[in-house]
Formats: sequence, C-alpha cells, structure tokens
Amino acid sequence: MLFGLLCLTFAISHVVPGDPARLAAGPDANESMVQTLRAKYGLDRPLGVQFVRYLAGVARGDLGQSLRSRNAVLDDLLMYFPNTFELVTLALLLAVIVGVPLGMLSAVYQNTWIDHVTRVVLVSGVALSAFWLGLMLQLLIALHLGWLPLGGRLGLTATPPVPVTHLLFVDAVLRGEWRTLDDALAHAVLPVITLCFPALASIMRVNRAEMLETLRQDYIVTARAQGFSGFRVVSRYALRNAMIPTLTMIGLRYGWMLGGTVLVETVFDWPGIGLYAVNAAVSSDFQPIMGVTLLIGLNFMLANLLVDFAYGWLDPRIRRPAS
Amino acid sequence: MTARVLSLDEALQPGGVRREVRRYVRAYSRSASSMAGLVIVAVFVLLAAVGPWIVPYPEDARGAVHLERKLAAPSAAHWFGTDEVGNDVYTRVILGARVSLQIGLIITVVAAALGVPLGIMAGHAGGRLGEIIMRVTDVFLSVPALVLALAVVGALGPGIVNAMIALSLVWWPGYVRLVQGKTLALTQEAFVEAARAGGAGRLRIVLVHLLPNCVSPIVVKASMDMGTAILAAASLGFIGLGAQPPYPEWGAMISHGRNYLPTWWWYSTFPGLAIYLTVLGFNLVGDGLRDLLDPKSRSG
Repeated sequence: MLFGLLCLTFAISHVVPGDPARLAAGPDANESMVQTLRAKYGLDRPLGVQFVRYLAGVARGDLGQSLRSRNAVLDDLLMYFPNTFELVTLALLLAVIVGVPLGMLSAVYQNTWIDHVTRVVLVSGVALSAFWLGLMLQLLIALHLGWLPLGGRLGLTATPPVPVTHLLFVDAVLRGEWRTLDDALAHAVLPVITLCFPALASIMRVNRAEMLETLRQDYIVTARAQGFSGFRVVSRYALRNAMIPTLTMIGLRYGWMLGGTVLVETVFDWPGIGLYAVNAAVSSDFQPIMGVTLLIGLNFMLANLLVDFAYGWLDPRIRRPAS
Repeated sequence: MTARVLSLDEALQPGGVRREVRRYVRAYSRSASSMAGLVIVAVFVLLAAVGPWIVPYPEDARGAVHLERKLAAPSAAHWFGTDEVGNDVYTRVILGARVSLQIGLIITVVAAALGVPLGIMAGHAGGRLGEIIMRVTDVFLSVPALVLALAVVGALGPGIVNAMIALSLVWWPGYVRLVQGKTLALTQEAFVEAARAGGAGRLRIVLVHLLPNCVSPIVVKASMDMGTAILAAASLGFIGLGAQPPYPEWGAMISHGRNYLPTWWWYSTFPGLAIYLTVLGFNLVGDGLRDLLDPKSRSG
C-alpha cells in the first residue's frame, strides 16, 4: 500500500504536465538557469532513475524542500503536524462522544421528536460545506457575539509553553500553564466544531441505522423478555453490536477529516499541515503538497489498522479467524 | 419495500414497464424528504437552465464593474446585496447554479465512465488484471479525495478546468469498489452461470446480465456524488485553486466575500446557502432512491 502511495505521489509530481524545474526557478528565470536546476534535482534523468532516487530520498526522510519556507519539507511537516493531529483528534472525539449516543437515542425513540430533531441535524451535517459553516460560526460567535476568538491557535498575548511533546494542549498541562491552556481551548472550540460536524452526522447516521436493525433481533427481544432493564439491553447488548459498522465509519471519517483540515485550517488560520498544503498549492510549491499527501495517506492507513484491532476487541468472532 | 419480481413476459410488455415505473414513482413520492430533495434539485436545474434570462444584471457575471454601488446591503434592487466591485450577488448566485451543476455532472459522469468498466473488469475477469485494478483503486482511496485533488491541481495549476480534471481523476475509485463488489457477487449467481453454460460470450454476459443488475447502486451513488462533487469543486474554488474571478462560482465567491465579513455579511452568506441547498437536495434524492432501489445498503 505504502509503495503504491509513493508511486502515486511520484506519478503526480513527475508525469503530470508542468515543469517542476521551471516552477522552482521562478517566472523570471532564463533557459540555462532552468537547465541547471533540472540537472541539480536530477529531473533530466530517465523516469526510472528518478523514481529510485525519489524512493531512496523518502527512505532517508528526505521529502524535498519547500520553495516558500526554504525549509526541508520534513521539518515543516514535523512542525505543523502536531497542530493538525490535535485538531483532528479533538474533533473525532467530540463526534464520537456526541454522535454515538445521539444515534442510539434516535433509534430507541424512533419517530418521536428526539428522532426528528437528530435526523434534521444529520441531514444538514452531510450537506454543509466545512468552509461555509466555519465562516458562519466566525461571523456569529466570534465577530457578532465576541464570545470566542476568530482564528489562530493562541492569542497575541499568550506565550506557547516550552515544547515537550509539541502538542500544545499536552505541553500546557505538563508545564502547568493554565492561562495558556485556557486560551488555546478557546481558540480550538470553533474549528473543532466545524471539523466534527459532518463526521458527527455520518457517525450518527450509521449508528442509528445499525441500532434499529439490532434492536429488532431475537436476542434483544429475549433479553427484554428476561426482564433486563431497557438501559442495560440497549447499552450492553445492542450498542456493542451496532458499534462494529459505526467503527468502520469512524475510521473512514478520520481520513475525511484529515482532508477536511485543508478547509477548516484555512478558515480558522490554524497552523497545521492542511493550511501548509493550501499555501503551498496556491504558490505552486510542489514538494510540500506531496509530503502532506504522503503523510495523510500514511495516517489513514494507520487509522484503518487501529480500526481492525478494535473490531477484534468488540467482536470475539473476529479475534480468532476460523481456520 | 420489497420489489416484486416480474416475469420476463410481463416485464417486456410496454404496459408492464409503465406499471412498474408508476409503482416506483408512487413509492418515491410517499417519502416527504425525498420529495423535498426532488423539488430543491428541480428548482436548481430550472435556475441553471433559464438563469441567464431571468437575472436582473446578466453582465455582472462577466466582470462588469460598478464601483458606485459596491457593497450595497440587500435591497429591492439587489436582493442579495452587491460585492466589492458592485456586482449583484443575486445574479451571480443564480448563474453559479449552472456552473456548479455542470461541474458536478461532468465529474460524476467521468468518474462513472472510468470506474464502472474497470469495476466490471476487476469483478468479472478477476485474475491478475483484477488484482492490479483493485490495488490501484485502494491506493487512490487511501488519500482523501480533496487532498489528492489539491495535489493534482497543484501540479496542473489553478483554474476551473484543471479543478474538474483533478476531481474526475480522484473520483472514479469509489465506482470501481462498488461495481467490483456487486459484479463479484453476481458472477456466482445461477442466472449468470446458466447464461455461460448456454454459450453466451463474455461481452454478452457483461452487457446483458451483469451491467443491468449494477444499475441501481450506480444510480444511487451518482445522485449522492452530484452533491459531494459540487461541494468538492466549491472547496477548491474556496481555496483559490478552482474557478478564478470574475467567473460566478459559489466557492470562489465565498472565499472573496470572506474578506468582507462581518460588515458585508451577505457576500459570503448567500453563495454558501446556495451550495448548502443544492447538496442537501441531491443527498435527499440519493437517500430516497436508495430506499427505493437498494434498500439493503441503507446503513452505508
């Protein structure tokens, strides 16, 4: 898979029309400067040779250089990724914490007002564009009501804690800098809500559908007949089974969220890899985009692996494959 | 909603087909949300069709400049207000419907045209070829579509045509997955087996026996994808990699209007509402069609 992904990023960067050397040299460069750059980056060699060199580079952690920041792409990614990681993790947590119970409630109280309200949320969540929702939240809550800051990770007066893990929240807690933590949390509320909304909707949707299906099963009816309380039946028996497809959706949504950060980080000026990729794409700075694509793909694969482990935990039948 | 199986004779009679269609229409119209979706989509299709004739200031979509009325609040003359060069936002939103629907349609059609044959090939022929197709598909699916599209547009350069090319290039793997799974299941079915035993050629099996049975999930996915593709194209426009001004594209309009928040709120708000309604409409229609044509996959 990883090899395939490398092939793909290589193909996009080398086969797609457009001349990276000319882009790198800038609009005012003459032909000989472009030639020099082409030779320097090995772009005049056959594609096969270039590919091997690309692979060797990636193996060494060399993802090329950003033309805009003049840094190695890997260094930039290491700097920005913790911010994105925190944003996506918080949003995913919120989506699961709110989405799963809501989907459950909606299924248990099917066709009551609870169900109707959650379904309205669900339908709008899928159709709302992240950037517009973000802008409207900024307009209403940050600009009109003034409750929360407009964007960025920290206010101008706050100083980031001395890095330990490079995760701002964790570092602030570890260093005991509560005011910084407070400020960081205030800055995170709107982006997290914006990013989590579509995921919340689809997690709710899957969980609701699965719960409805599960609640009709014979063993649930049996459990009820045996006099177990409604709450116990729903939470212990039904939810556990309904969680398996929900988990697939959570894994899938993690990937989409990584894609969504491109938009949310742009709206909220959140210094993560999404914003980094957008800035690079707008200024035709090629290597960073490839680096981000690779990093996001890698993350997505890891997430799916975690989901597979979680299946085994939820469903004993999967733990020991029938041989 | 279980579909009654028609006998071959019955299905082939014109009356039988008409009756079947009528039954579907009745079932579809029973769902309020599906009908709401259909109405929304119909309104936007109508706007896209007659837009240029009904908008009050058609020249405003072609880069006209009226600085004397820039950033005017919504009024009787300008229902949605005006933008920074005095263009009527209402005009541009209405004309944007045509742009967005076109983009959505092109992306969906190209993606299906690439993905469906590949999916059938992978599912029916199997073997090494099938293996390779599915591997490539998995690689494409391992990166979120928007990020991959960003990379492709980054390579091709910004612009609406490049945005469409990029999105079409990253959109087809979903169809391969869908059709491959379906074909794989169908190939085991008795009727395909029977056709093969009866001496039907490969092409005939694919065209007569496999493809018609894949149509409903494809239609359901395509109607959902119209919404998502419109959203994705608007996202690229918002980032600044899609349509370039003065082209009336909703995402780009929101992106420009963003600089004029909060005082000139109408500039971003109305194009955003238009995107929301369109995508909502297609999603509702897709949901309705799924309940009707493919009830088993409802949870997905």
